[in-house]
Amino acid sequence: MMTGSTTHWEYAPAPESTKVEIKPQYGLFIDGTFRPAKSGTSFETINPANEVHLASIAQAGAVDVNLAVAAARRALKGWRRAPALERAKYLYRIARRIQERARELAVLETMDNGKPIRETRDEDVPLAAAHFFHHAGWCDKLRWACPTASGASPEPIGVCGQIIPWNFPLLMAAWKIAPALACGNTVVLKPAETTSLTALRLAEILQEVDLPAGVVNIITGAGETGRDLVAHGDVDKIAFTGSTEVGRAIASTVAGTKKRLTLELGGKSPNIIFADAAIDQAVEGVISAIWANQGQVCCAGSRLLVEESVADEVIEKLQFRMRSLRIGDPLDKNTDVGAINSRAQLTRIERYIKTGIEEGAQHHEACDGTVGAKGFWCKPCFFTGVQPAHTIAREEIFGPVLAVMTFRTPDEAVARANNTMYGLSAGIWTSRGSKAYEVARQIKAGVIWCNTFNQFDPAAPFGGYRESGFGREGGRSGLSAYLA
Amino acid sequence: MTDRADITKTWKLFIGGAYPRSESGRVAPVTDIGAGAGGKALAYIAQASRKDLRDAVEAARGAQEKWAASSGYLRGQIIYRLAELLDARREELVESVRMSGRLGKGRARGEVEQAIDRTLSFAGWCDKLDSVLGGRNPVAGPFHCFSQIEPSGVVAVVAPQEASLLGFLSLTLPAIACGCAVIAVASEKEPIPALVVAECAPSSDIPPGVLNVLTGMRAELVPVIAGHRDIDAVVASLDPELAKIAQIGVSENLKRVRLIDPIERFTDDTIWSSPRSFQSVTEVKTVWHTVGS
Repeated sequence: MMTGSTTHWEYAPAPESTKVEIKPQYGLFIDGTFRPAKSGTSFETINPANEVHLASIAQAGAVDVNLAVAAARRALKGWRRAPALERAKYLYRIARRIQERARELAVLETMDNGKPIRETRDEDVPLAAAHFFHHAGWCDKLRWACPTASGASPEPIGVCGQIIPWNFPLLMAAWKIAPALACGNTVVLKPAETTSLTALRLAEILQEVDLPAGVVNIITGAGETGRDLVAHGDVDKIAFTGSTEVGRAIASTVAGTKKRLTLELGGKSPNIIFADAAIDQAVEGVISAIWANQGQVCCAGSRLLVEESVADEVIEKLQFRMRSLRIGDPLDKNTDVGAINSRAQLTRIERYIKTGIEEGAQHHEACDGTVGAKGFWCKPCFFTGVQPAHTIAREEIFGPVLAVMTFRTPDEAVARANNTMYGLSAGIWTSRGSKAYEVARQIKAGVIWCNTFNQFDPAAPFGGYRESGFGREGGRSGLSAYLA
Repeated sequence: MTDRADITKTWKLFIGGAYPRSESGRVAPVTDIGAGAGGKALAYIAQASRKDLRDAVEAARGAQEKWAASSGYLRGQIIYRLAELLDARREELVESVRMSGRLGKGRARGEVEQAIDRTLSFAGWCDKLDSVLGGRNPVAGPFHCFSQIEPSGVVAVVAPQEASLLGFLSLTLPAIACGCAVIAVASEKEPIPALVVAECAPSSDIPPGVLNVLTGMRAELVPVIAGHRDIDAVVASLDPELAKIAQIGVSENLKRVRLIDPIERFTDDTIWSSPRSFQSVTEVKTVWHTVGS
């Protein structure tokens, strides 16, 4: 990799040309049909890259949550007793329809979320399809995946209330719905209020594939809708992905009930570069770890720990690569850094950057490309001179902000890596396999990436230690979270 | 004075490999209410305070990492030795179970023997968990990806009031077998069997701090367990009221909480020797490594 000055090449715009139809209004998807909310209220969703209004969306109130849960309860008997391979056929159909409508879903996701089309096209949507395809195959093999004492096939839990975040809207819907359905449960899913559109498009797909009415219900709304769902007396399980703060509140609500609970929460994940790593590859890994999806990733590698002897080299290369990242129109295929999902999130990120500067760390920001006057934009940045006690080294920012620190020995790297209340993921960069596996053993985190970062697969369990939550999604461990 | 007087025993706590009295100085009598015994005070046990509990958590934290890093083969041999030692004290255990009056001598013996056999079963689990619950994940990309089973860390066990030995071991052994360190609160009604286990622990080579045993009032100790930020998981047999308090502890530091129905008798080997016993005391760690040149 060159780190000197380079000739600056202008990129011609390369906008994604697929046009997506968005209706002016969307209702709730309950019992197989779209219907207006009984609450009579709705909210607006916008494109965070230009603040253009996209659609008006029904807000589910307590009565609507009741209707959705009742529909899921009615559908449960038929769905759980359906022959396993029949259930599988519906999941396979959903996977195929996602693949067939992939470009449309990618464009819609980018418009509603703000993330670059390159990511929605290459990561979010293909992984969502893969998740349904993988879990379709599990339906008739559950007794081998999670054996019971009697040898019978394990039973589903029942009606699952699932609450998902705005950073990977369609992918998180797939992570939640696919294993639940494969195990014979029925679902009430609540997407995040800023990113409802792809979940509602998924509801259309569920209609297209004739999924029995009530097996999946999708109710839109904000925190109040989620609270109604969590507190509902006829929900058997809550699965939540989101902030640790909300996760704690959910745990309090569920206490004293028979509800099962899995939580996939925040992180402050370390990314460790040893001096013997392939430095250029490691720098590319750092970029994917913290600047993919504008850093709005629960498992983002937001703390970079670099062995002191290579720190100058890593920082110089990081600076160089950061300058070449293109920020701008998320629908442009050349865009690396899109828009922040909401004004509220942008404000939060900016507050953390300000705190980082005030606490004495050095702020480095730069990138290429241009942004319009409207929209929520934050340039990728990193801080050097960060102390472990600094706010930006401890708290989850959920933005494109990297805290760089150094270490001298592997023991110090491990101690610093584990110096957090979280434990979701970690990255390890070294050319020595034995060292990678030993450090991986010592780090308290649920997912460890050695010489790579942010890899996901439906066959690989994902989830956290400590205050990053409990339960796993993906693989055999993910199934057990949906079996009684 | 023709009869020899008994040496009445004061049972103490087991914290960090030592047998301290409760720092509170409190003790309570244990009486024999078994058939025909007439409610005579046989022994005295310590009543642990919240300070004792915090000391036990500290001891457990200090011991846990090294225990987890030891091989499953070694942990298996240590738990096997615990089974040997418990078997040697079988008569004493039967007597200590019987004297609560819950079971006659014959059934008390059955419960004790099953508990010792269960210890043997968990000795065998130590080096097999990964084979059964972990494994390679067949991911689509060029990666070697596997999931391994790791201990959750420091675990608080609240043993059932009944099944004082079988239940105590059924909840405690899985955590120890997989590499956790445990603070176990014994049955209030039948505390002595758990204290016998505590006396066998050092001779079995369970390192100091890996198993800590407290006797005392669960109503006093459970809220402290729930609120303690250095406890990673709780496995507890509790009535609904205390169960809710334990669950609220989840929101303190996201500790894993597994509740056991207080009427559970732990007699079904297919359930209580199964991998299900490792729920909440283990974590799945997924490791990815690139494959290629």
